[in-house]
Amino acid sequence: MSSYDLSSILIVLLPIVSFVTLSVFGKRIKPSISGVLGTMSLAITLVLALYVAYGYFFDFGMQAGAHVKHIALQFQWLKFNENLSIDLGIVLDPISVMMLVVITAVSTMVHLYSINYMHGEERFTMYYAYLSLFTFSMLGLVVAVNIFQMYIFWELVGVSSFLLIGYYYTKPSAIAAAKKAFIVTRFADLGFLIGILMLSYGAKTLDFFTLIERLTQPNSVYLASFAGSSFLGLSALSWALLLVFTGGAGKSAMFPLHIWLPDAMEGPTPVSALIHAATMVVAGVFLVGRLFPIFAISAPDALHIVGYIGGFTALFAAIIACTQTDIKRVLAYSTISQIAFMMFALGVSGWGEESEGFTASMFHLFTHAFFKALLFLGAGAVIHAVHSNEMEDMGGLRKALPITHITFLLACLAIAGVPPFAGFFSKEAILSAAFHGNSLIFYVGLFTSCLTAFYMFRLYFRIFWYNPVKEDHHNHEGHTWPMNIALIILAFGAVFAGLIPFGHFVSADGKPIELPFHLTFSIAPVLLGIAGILLAYVMYGEKNEMPDKLTASISGLYRAAYRKFYIDEVYLFVTKKVLFNLVGRPAAWFDRNVVDGMINGYASITTMSSESIKPMQSGRLQSYTMFFLGGVLLVAALLVIKFM
Amino acid sequence: MDTLSLLILIPLVTALGVLVSKKDQTIKLVALAGSILQLGFSVWLTLFYVGLRNAGISGMFLMQNSIEWFAPLHIYFRSGVDGISLSMILLTAFVVVGGILVSWRIEKQVKEFFFLLIFLSLGAYGFFISTDLFMMFFFLEIAVIPKYLLIGIWGSGKKDYSAMKLALMLMGGSALVFLGIVGMYYAAGVYGSAPTWDLQALSQIKLPIEIQRVLYILIFTGFGIFTAMFPFHTWAPDGHSSAPTAASMFLAGISMKLGGYGCLRVATYLLPDAAQELSWIFIILASIAIIYGAFATMMQKDLKYMNAYSSVSHCGFVILGIAMLTKTAITGAVIQMVSHGVMTALFFATIGMIYDRAHTRQADELGGVLKQIPFIGTTFIIVGLCSLGLPGFSGFVSEMTVFVGSWEHPGVWYKVATILACASIVVTAVYILRAVGLAIWGTIKNKEFEQLKDARWNERLATVLLVVGILIIGLCPFWITKLVDSDSLIIFNKLISVASLAH
Repeated sequence: MSSYDLSSILIVLLPIVSFVTLSVFGKRIKPSISGVLGTMSLAITLVLALYVAYGYFFDFGMQAGAHVKHIALQFQWLKFNENLSIDLGIVLDPISVMMLVVITAVSTMVHLYSINYMHGEERFTMYYAYLSLFTFSMLGLVVAVNIFQMYIFWELVGVSSFLLIGYYYTKPSAIAAAKKAFIVTRFADLGFLIGILMLSYGAKTLDFFTLIERLTQPNSVYLASFAGSSFLGLSALSWALLLVFTGGAGKSAMFPLHIWLPDAMEGPTPVSALIHAATMVVAGVFLVGRLFPIFAISAPDALHIVGYIGGFTALFAAIIACTQTDIKRVLAYSTISQIAFMMFALGVSGWGEESEGFTASMFHLFTHAFFKALLFLGAGAVIHAVHSNEMEDMGGLRKALPITHITFLLACLAIAGVPPFAGFFSKEAILSAAFHGNSLIFYVGLFTSCLTAFYMFRLYFRIFWYNPVKEDHHNHEGHTWPMNIALIILAFGAVFAGLIPFGHFVSADGKPIELPFHLTFSIAPVLLGIAGILLAYVMYGEKNEMPDKLTASISGLYRAAYRKFYIDEVYLFVTKKVLFNLVGRPAAWFDRNVVDGMINGYASITTMSSESIKPMQSGRLQSYTMFFLGGVLLVAALLVIKFM
Repeated sequence: MDTLSLLILIPLVTALGVLVSKKDQTIKLVALAGSILQLGFSVWLTLFYVGLRNAGISGMFLMQNSIEWFAPLHIYFRSGVDGISLSMILLTAFVVVGGILVSWRIEKQVKEFFFLLIFLSLGAYGFFISTDLFMMFFFLEIAVIPKYLLIGIWGSGKKDYSAMKLALMLMGGSALVFLGIVGMYYAAGVYGSAPTWDLQALSQIKLPIEIQRVLYILIFTGFGIFTAMFPFHTWAPDGHSSAPTAASMFLAGISMKLGGYGCLRVATYLLPDAAQELSWIFIILASIAIIYGAFATMMQKDLKYMNAYSSVSHCGFVILGIAMLTKTAITGAVIQMVSHGVMTALFFATIGMIYDRAHTRQADELGGVLKQIPFIGTTFIIVGLCSLGLPGFSGFVSEMTVFVGSWEHPGVWYKVATILACASIVVTAVYILRAVGLAIWGTIKNKEFEQLKDARWNERLATVLLVVGILIIGLCPFWITKLVDSDSLIIFNKLISVASLAH
């Protein structure tokens, strides 16, 4: 076992060790120590992840001109039958190694940041325990060698997210949000599970790489087993993949399963940065990326559907983001929109020569993790200072929060796609892939990136410029250095992550590619982005009447977008009215009154019949004589009839 | 005297020890010591069994023994164990220790209470080691009667009604089972060499399909009633809600498993032709139980009712797995029995702990108890997560094995049934999280709850024991699969040999 393998095993194990230690011995550890302990263990995993990434990309990963997968560990965990078993293990390949770096980096920053942010919380140690549990689950998810291993860790990230959203468990809104997040994603996971069952039944394996091999080779018998049946014009394989994608859409908050993510902002802000911006919510993109060869080679129709869902969600969420007033909710909708960018980039991608969409998607996943985590942590610093999530309590904070202001601005420039910040490169790659893949999605993406610039700078100007609520030149950042360090490090990522020649490292088939870059092509997106920023400045640079006039002139659309297009209400109707009242209540009533009523009915019939025949055994000789006589007469009558 | 008889002897001696003890404290200590000894012995027995298997000893049952009991009717006390019965024995041993620990503070008629608990467990152990149908039935009855008394005397609420309902319905179930096995006994005389109750001898006799059909329906339904199979499940909610904590734990943890074991070992294994032909009936009933039980659970406010209905839903997986007739599904059903047994025992224990303190089980009257009693609250969340099938706990392993096994069945309608069963995991999540949100999280609604004290040593010990049980299966499923798999293969091979002959 090489030192790289050992490091990769340690990367996964350290967080779970930290979870067990903190949760079992939590009461005996001082809060200040538990924070440092958690952060230190994560920092070690970050170093190890960088070491593994270096090793993989520059030492042992490249063979015959392509990055190949490397199994660092694999063992059988649960055997179902001769073909199917759940294996647990660690695979190193371009996307898993990239994810290891992203997860450990963001998680370390969030751990560090939380030392300040969560200071003085009653369950501080438990908070760190949950963070470690989440990090472990997410790492286990990305290194999965087996589709069921991924499902296992998929559920585990779900539950860690549930526990962290419900961290303030005495708050009704936090309880509701935690439940909603878990149940919506669980519903989506049902699709994932059935998809796994379908794939494994046809391909006779649960191993990711055997699965991909068996379902991508033309003329394979396994592929043929799917070909027989089709439903609504899609083959069984497409359905299986779409069901798997449903799971991904749930975690990645694609329309119409996005409703849990904005509510999930009830959790502590660093949690939102880690789970609901940088890592867990991109699990769906990662899942499609993992199965990408099957999608692209054997079921392009399913991939197109992924693309359209992504395109629609990107636009839909961006429109809502323009109207929200809670700064975390703006960021939440922005996250949905950006993940949808990654999703449609996969959707427009092809295989082989045309697979730049895949690389672009992973690239955006990588850069987005940094600037979106930074945005959330910056928002956290703002909330920490003004004790409110609402825009109307903010304004003119650039003097009170100088470091937050600068880093937030850098992140906004990155997400708006202004060169040379990180988001510019990845977004250009996505738009260019869409341009070659699907022109409808391309125009949607172009328009959405203009909206992105607008709503992000609306947020920026509204927080840091605008008219201050109260004059406050006091610096709030003096004694919060762990928070500031985390912000500054992430800002480096937001500025420079785009300069990495990403195509050299990550591509669909492992062979390095050059992401195309044409100056002429990028003019339009950049200009549109700058137009969005200018519009935001005009409207929100300082207090004026324009926003109100504008919203009044499109009041119908504005109100609909502000109310998030009433999707929540639809869900509430279906779950509360239909499922509870039309299924649950009748089932419970039916059980108590009909099924149980039958049983009680039997009992009362028995009682009644015994009551009615009880008088016969009265013990009185006269009545017994009467019965006897009656019997004799009956027999006599029968004999007479018989022999007449 | 052979090794297996110790499994009956230890509870018997413990029960006698409880009877002769004078002080309440002594009674409890004797009961606890006996049950811990039994747990240790069961673990040793399992390791011994695995050792024998690894040494290459084959045969369906090991450590067999046969003692003549009543020769004119060919009744022998035949015993023997395989991996399936051993996992049931381990489950019983775990639940018994847990049940005795949580009953530590019982004050009313202590001697009778612990005597009945031990006696009930004796019935279960005897049932699981018997390989003679008559003895199985004998022990099945032993396990029923104490429940009536446990609920009737130590119960709460409408306990008389519940105790009577439970006893009558389970008696009805055993009547069906009895009819079935008597039929089998005589049929063996007609179609085999001589009438016999011997399970292994019966498995060699091929009965005509007409007879098999009748017997299969009788026996499967009879045992199904014990497993709370729809529509004969209504004893479960009432029985559980009225029963004292330990009795609920035994009822759901052990006696519901007697039914599943019987459905597998007697109905399916001995009547394979009928199983191939008619198991679809029970697949339908199981699918209904799973979904309908889950929806009915969603509407319950009383935590005990909630867990009782969720048991109906979860035991549906057992029936589903058995009726799917594939090796993986059968293994899954066995693991589900063990998993559900430990988990639901812990669930009832936790609910009991909450009820003892707060004097209410209504989810909406509780609320915020996590802050006041963190140990119990956390246990509730852990066992809830196990119930909703979270990986790392036993529920995930067993449910997934049942799902994958059921999906192996090539028929389209069987897949529809599997999808329905899978869908229940969403509804399960709804009711578990609802209960957690209402009862455990939130702010303290009742000022009196601020005085609640957290778990005592006996409750902590019981909790840790059962949580360890859940975690062992959840984290190291390879042990239990290895134990069970070869025996489900034997049952499966018998089923497919029949199917291949038919075609």
